[in-house]
Amino acid sequence: MSSRGLRQLAAQTRVDFTLLWRNPLASFFTVVLPLIFLFVLTALFGNELVTPVGPRLASRFVPGIIALSVVQASFVNLAVVTVFRRETSILKRVRGTPIRPWVFMGGLVATSYAVIALMAVLMAVIGWAVYDVDLLWEAVPGLIVTLVIGGAVFCALGLAFTNVVPNETSGPPFLNLVVLPLYFVSDVYVPASDDTPRAITLIGDIFPIRHLAVALQRGFDPLTDDSLWPVTNWLVMAAWGVAGALVVTRWFRWTPRD
Amino acid sequence: MKSPAIEVTGLHKSYGEIEAVAGVDLHVAEGEILAFLGPNGAGKTTTVEILEGFRSRTAGQVSVLGQDPATAGLDWRERIGIVLQESQPEEFLKVAETVTIWAAYFSDPRPIDEVLQLVGLTEQSDQRVGRLSGGQQRRLDLALALVGNPELLFLDEPTTGFDPTARREAWAMIDGLRDLGVTVLLTTHYMDEAQHLADRIAVIAAGRIIARGTAEDLAEAASMQTRISWDSQEVPLAELPEQLRGTAAVSDDPGETGSPGNPFSVSPQRLVILTDDVSDTVAALLQTAGRLGRNINSLEVLAPTLEDTYLSLIGEADRAGRLDR
Repeated sequence: MSSRGLRQLAAQTRVDFTLLWRNPLASFFTVVLPLIFLFVLTALFGNELVTPVGPRLASRFVPGIIALSVVQASFVNLAVVTVFRRETSILKRVRGTPIRPWVFMGGLVATSYAVIALMAVLMAVIGWAVYDVDLLWEAVPGLIVTLVIGGAVFCALGLAFTNVVPNETSGPPFLNLVVLPLYFVSDVYVPASDDTPRAITLIGDIFPIRHLAVALQRGFDPLTDDSLWPVTNWLVMAAWGVAGALVVTRWFRWTPRD
Repeated sequence: MKSPAIEVTGLHKSYGEIEAVAGVDLHVAEGEILAFLGPNGAGKTTTVEILEGFRSRTAGQVSVLGQDPATAGLDWRERIGIVLQESQPEEFLKVAETVTIWAAYFSDPRPIDEVLQLVGLTEQSDQRVGRLSGGQQRRLDLALALVGNPELLFLDEPTTGFDPTARREAWAMIDGLRDLGVTVLLTTHYMDEAQHLADRIAVIAAGRIIARGTAEDLAEAASMQTRISWDSQEVPLAELPEQLRGTAAVSDDPGETGSPGNPFSVSPQRLVILTDDVSDTVAALLQTAGRLGRNINSLEVLAPTLEDTYLSLIGEADRAGRLDR
């Protein structure tokens, strides 16, 4: 990338990051809501030891809420902001300037990654300090890969999803309609157990959110006996990401719907 | 002669069987302000969006700053500025922040302070965009179009929704662009705006240019006549010389003040003549007044307004069946 492109990307990221913090609704849904969920889940279900030697129950909530943060920061925020910009002709105006489209969009993607990193660290610290949840250090490289893949995949899906949102006011309800039910079947609030109906885990397995949540569990729950490199979860997510990227390349709209 | 900033020949744009633009020719010289007038659905916005590179065309030649907008690259976008009919900048950014990020998109932007001063938003530079009035937001729109230091500016209905004061202020600002040497293609519904700002005017109806030229050229093309009126008590109809009496008559319609297509009309106290021969008519009136030993203080001579001309042109196009779709 040219140095000018990098400077533009840095400037756009600063603006997009500032806008996220200044917009009360956007900052609530990306930062405050995941924190509330973590506090509510532990208040409802307690934080007992799962086995006499640990871990604590909260070690199953922390990765789920990090997954929720990833989806909120990339898929939901990116789609809501982009639909708003499309319908208020901001995207059209930007297309009339010499900035490269992917540099402009890169600002939102970089903002998503910044929020994802912030939320992952914040959740891990709160988990450790408040709920006695230990981060499994040997799983950290895998966790980082999961977050990087997750960010890219859900940004691509967020941009792809803008095609089905007709206008700026219907953005948030449309997105919640998709993610809220999926959170329930995707190990986000409560991890699946042996008692979970097969149909629920099957639905969860089709969509990418559960794969993100399960991959993140490797970092906090020592009882998961899978490898530290959850390649299958990454591949399923990546497949969704590629599909999203194809939709974006083919159908992304820069102008308002007439 | 200056080189053209915009050169369009035989432009066509069809959507299925509907022909939105049906053979438009357009020439805008460098440094010129051209007003593009036309009723809704006439093909104005479609034409402008083709020139801006937002829409493809079905046929025709288009050159904007020497390049075809359909294939022009980012270097071409460095040279144009666009104010859309409707757009809403980010409400949570401050005015100066908005202009600054926009400046970052261009390789040779104007200084931010200069742009803010140019559009009169220096005092609001620290204010959030969402707290600006409608007129101030429109000025910010213009600031964003100017910050890249464009050679050519597309202004799509820049003062729609403005109160009269805000409109006058915007006009002064656009007038100022002339001094900067910027070429402007101005789309507007307001005839007075076109008359005030534009060097030349092009009128489009049903996808075709039906008239072009200065406001005077247009009046001539529409065979518009000058309106001469006076108080009937000063010079009554019956006292007029015979050749004038035939062009003015008493109307039963109170309050009628003359309109295009109606060669004469009279309010209870006022007589009106519509004529191409202004000096002879006025001379004859003054002579009559002198003969009667009266003053003709109420005499009023009005050249046709652009609005009259425009309505007449559109009316003619309509009558010719061109607006039937």
